[in-house]
This record gives sequence, structure tokens and C-alpha cells, in this order.
Amino acid sequence: MEMIDKSKKTFSVKSFFLRWEVLLLLIFIVYNIIIIFTTPYYLDINNIFDMTFIFTEKGLVALIMAFIIITGNVDLSVASIMGLSSVAMAASYQAGVNIWAAFLIGLLIGTSAGFLNGMIITRLSLPAIIITLATYSFYRGIAYVILGNEAVSGFTKKFSYIGQGYIGNSPVPFPLIIFLIIAVISIIILHRTTFGRMVYAIGLNEKAAFASGIPIKKIKLLLFTLSGFMSGFAGMIITSRIGNTRPNIATGFELEIITIVILGGVMITGGVGNMWGVFISIVLISTIRYGLGFHNVPGQIMLVVTGGLLISSILINNFLKTFVSNRVLKR
Amino acid sequence: MAKKDNNFKKTDTGNSSSLMLKFAGFREMGIFVFLIILVIVISIRSPVFLTFENIYDIGLDTAILAIIAVGEMMVIITRGIDISVGTGLGLSGMVVALILAENWWIPPWLAILMGIAVGAILGSFNGLLIVKGKIPPIIATLGTMSVFRGITFIINFQVAGGQWVSAHNLSDSFKAFARSTFLKIPNLILIAIIIYIIFYYFLNHTVTGRQIYAVGSSPESAKVIGINIDKITFLPYLFTGMLFGMGGVLWVSRYTAAQTDSGTGFEFTVITAVVVGGVAIAGGSGSIFGILLGSIIIGVINNAVHLIRVSPFWKLAIYGFIILLAVIVDKAISRRINKALLERRKI
Repeated sequence: MEMIDKSKKTFSVKSFFLRWEVLLLLIFIVYNIIIIFTTPYYLDINNIFDMTFIFTEKGLVALIMAFIIITGNVDLSVASIMGLSSVAMAASYQAGVNIWAAFLIGLLIGTSAGFLNGMIITRLSLPAIIITLATYSFYRGIAYVILGNEAVSGFTKKFSYIGQGYIGNSPVPFPLIIFLIIAVISIIILHRTTFGRMVYAIGLNEKAAFASGIPIKKIKLLLFTLSGFMSGFAGMIITSRIGNTRPNIATGFELEIITIVILGGVMITGGVGNMWGVFISIVLISTIRYGLGFHNVPGQIMLVVTGGLLISSILINNFLKTFVSNRVLKR
Repeated sequence: MAKKDNNFKKTDTGNSSSLMLKFAGFREMGIFVFLIILVIVISIRSPVFLTFENIYDIGLDTAILAIIAVGEMMVIITRGIDISVGTGLGLSGMVVALILAENWWIPPWLAILMGIAVGAILGSFNGLLIVKGKIPPIIATLGTMSVFRGITFIINFQVAGGQWVSAHNLSDSFKAFARSTFLKIPNLILIAIIIYIIFYYFLNHTVTGRQIYAVGSSPESAKVIGINIDKITFLPYLFTGMLFGMGGVLWVSRYTAAQTDSGTGFEFTVITAVVVGGVAIAGGSGSIFGILLGSIIIGVINNAVHLIRVSPFWKLAIYGFIILLAVIVDKAISRRINKALLERRKI
């Protein structure tokens, strides 16, 4: 794409529109214009802010997942870690531990789950997809072993602030602020630091990255640990928001999170992607859910919409790319 | 000198290939030994385990898993993955069940053919997205996984108003099909055996079957020797579709119900069985015997969890632990083999 930019200036407008984030932004704008004119109360400021509650947990994990997928790996165990840390927190709270100590236990469990993933993957050089597939069952299984069929609720008021509180008297939710801060940090780290460049290098060519002295294993271990930590934190947020927890909390989130990242233009094969794209994708998917919710569209149809969007956006992009490269070849 | 060199190479490849053969044999042997140990341990804990009725139950519960594992294995051999098998099974089961609910005259074998047809459509959709649309398999099937589930819901809602198909909507002959026997073998198990024989022959004794392995172990070389990569990549998805379509109908017959959430999470069970069966996720290797053993191990664990009165909540944790164990042991073995190969080359 960059090559096209440099060689022919006349193509730059087209290649601008071919950039994934721009394409997503266009879909986002078109969708929103349609839905604004067809849906009353859509633009209500309180509603819009409340809508953000549904994506902050997934969004937080998606930000780290973007790093992992850019290195050419994937973490399928994130939702199970969310469940495990939530259950660990609830079980220790039930056993009489102070709520904030329980909160820390939840974070610690999440972080160590991620660390264990990273250790197995890097020490034994095994594919991340298989190891996290195994821990996907394993962590969720432990959550079931701890709580069985029980549900734990009745957390203190202060704890519920994490997931459902607002900043002062404004309609701005507390988790949204956390999400925005971490999103900005992720964008800076990925696009403005050496670490970010290393992440791309690993994804593009792991052997070359290794040969040029990039500490591949350390970076992978760090990313998987971070992913565990963030899943643990997201687990705390969702527990606090819902106000109770069960072992099956957050089931299936991993696929939604991966969908968000891929829709954001991150290539599953690694090395290609942009944090802005992921950010737009998070907002796009949640406005779609939010907008269709007004029209009483059931969740299962959202599945078709999300899945269809994922497939069709990649198809359109592939088609446009071959179209443009054919044009270039003809010249 | 040149001749000597040639000879040397010949013996070298001869040795390594025989070693690899031993390794391949050993690999399935390892899984088999694991299964035997598992069976011994369980039968000490629970004498009921080795009774005829219980083995029969394990067979019935494992058959559908084993059938779909064949397709998943072929997909993984070509370096792909299909995570839409669970929802694909649900969708094809639902479509056929809704038709059956209105048409009681349809015999079970026709229902199964209908399931295969529906599955073939779904599977070729996956295959086309991957081959023609150039979408990576994990992404394409991640998308269709959601889409299939959504369509199951929509169809169910449009046709039956959101009512699930349950036992009283189905004809007796269809409900009895999974349990009834032919030559004292339950139909479900018989179908699984036939599928295994067909695909054993296909993968080991036909050109197309061998080409699937060729494409998986080295797509570039496969292309160079003139294999139609697109066709060979497409076929496993089509077969997987046909198999989960068949599995969907058998599922409805076995559990006498079609629900909009049938088969949820089944893709993970299937992939677990395939990985435990020694199929390399990087592609190029895997055998019918391996996944048969892998499926049986999963079936035995499922069954044993209930028999030994371990809380069923342990099931998932045990699954996860066993995949980890299988993958780590496999890695250790292949490391040792590679080392042995290198040492041979030195002499």
C-alpha cells in the first residue's frame, strides 16, 4: 500500500479509502446516520454513556489481545480467566476476606493464569492457540470446581462503583474513563515506542526478529501475563457491574473479543494492525448492539450481524486490494 | 565419491523414514497405552465401568464426536481449523428436525441424507470463504460460527415461533434410530465405523487423500508438483460440513430434541479429541487411528466423571489438563526424535 502511495500520487486518495480504519470509520458513520434518523432517543446523552458499559470489559481485553495477535499469537483463554478471577474473588469474599483484598486476589489469579500461559508457550515453544485452548477449558473448569452451581452476590456498595459508578454527578461512567486511559496508553505503546516496533517485528518474521536481538520470549511472556492481568481486571468490572457471579460468567467472550480485534484490521497471521482500527471496531460493534437494541433485535440476530460484518468486511477489503493491484499491474 | 555420497543419502533417508515410521507407530501406541491406563484406573474405582451396558453407552456418546473429528482432522492436516462445527451441527440438526416435525413419513436414512446435504452447503460456504475469499480459516469459521448460530435461531423462530423441537414432535422411527441395532451393533456406532472405514481408505489409498497430506506438510512443494491447492484446501471443509450435517441429525435422534443452542462448545470438544489423538496443529500429520483413540479417551473421561462420582464440575478442568498433557508429552517425544535424527546424521 505504501508503495502505491509513493509511486503514483493519483492513487493516494483511493489508497486512503482502502486503509482499514478509514473503511471502518465510513461504515461507522453511515450506520450511525441511518440509525439516528430511524431511532428516537438514540442520541440521548445518558443513553449513549450507559451504552459504554457493555463494551468496557471486552474493550479492555481487546486492547491487549491486539498486541498478542500482532505478534502472530492468540489467547483463547481470556474469557475463562475472566470467569476464574471473578469466581476466585467471589469465593474469597464469601470466605470472609475483605472486599478489596478479594479484589486483589482476583487480579493476582488472573495475572498468574496469564503468566502460566506465557510460561508454557515460551519455555516449551508450543503454539499459543493450542495451549490457550487447553487453559480455556482448564481455567473455566477450575472456576466450576470452586463454585459449582452456586452464585455469589451481595458485594459491598463501594465495590459496585468499579463497574457501575459514575464520575461525580456527570453521566460519565467510571469504567469508561479507565478504558479510555488504557486505550490511549496502548495506542502510544504500540505506535510510538520501541516495544511497539518489536511487537510488529515478531509478528512479521519471528526468526529475523530473534536474529536482530529482540527478546522474543520475554515479550511474549509479558504480553500473555498482561492479557491475564487485564482479563482479571475485566472480570472484576463485570462482576461489579452485574452484582453477582457464577462460574459461567463471560462465557463466549473470547470469540467476541477476537472478532473485535480482527474487525479492527489486525491480521490473524501477525505483523499487521493498528490500535486505532481496534478502537473504532470496539465502538462500531457496541453502537450496532446499542442501535439494534432499540429495535428489539434479539441477541442471536446480533450474532449474524457481527459474524457477517467480520466476513464481509474482510472480503470487501481483499476484493479492493486485488482490484487496485490489478490496476497497478496494467499500468 | 559421488556414488558413495549417493549411497550415504539413500541409507540416511531409509533410516530416518523407518525411524519416523516407528515414531508414528509409537505415537498412536502412546495414546493407546494412555487409554489402557485410564481404563484400568477407572475400572478399579468403579466396577460398573467395564460392563457391557456402560461400554455401549460410551460408544453411543462418542460416535457423533468421532464422526466429526474425522472432518476436523482433515481440515487441521491442511493447516486450517474449523471452529464452526458445533454451531453447524446445531443448524443442520435444527433444519432437518423442523422438516421432520411436519413430515413424519420421512424415514431416518432420508433424514440423514438431508442432514448431509444441509451440512454440505454450510461446509462449502466455509470452504469458498477460505479458498476464494482468501480469509484465514480461523477467522472465516469464527464468523460463520456466529452466523450459523444466529440463523438457527432465526429459522426456529420463523418456522416454529421459537418453540424448540422436542420428543413429541418427532416420529417414533426416527427417535428409535440412534438406539436401534443392526447385527447387535447400534446404528450410531455402525455409522461411525462405516465413516472410519471410508475415510481410512480415502486418506491412505486414494490420490486425493494423499494430496491432502501433501498440501498440509508443504503447500509450496505441493503447488510445484502440480496439485490443485484450491481444490484440496476446499475438500476438507466440504467433508467436515457433510459430517457435521450428519452428526446434527444423529444428535437430534440420540437426544430426541433440537434446540437453538444444541452443540454449543462442541467445537472445543472436537478439537480436543483431535489434538489428544496426536494430530499436529501445524498441519501435515495425523491419522484415523489416532483420532479414533482421541475420541474414545474423551468419551471415557466423560463417562468416568459420572461413574466415579467426581463432581461433574471437574470435567472441564480435566479436559484442559489432558490437552496440556498431550501437547507437552508430544513435544517432548518429537524433540527426542529430532535429536536422535540429528545424531544419526553425524555418523
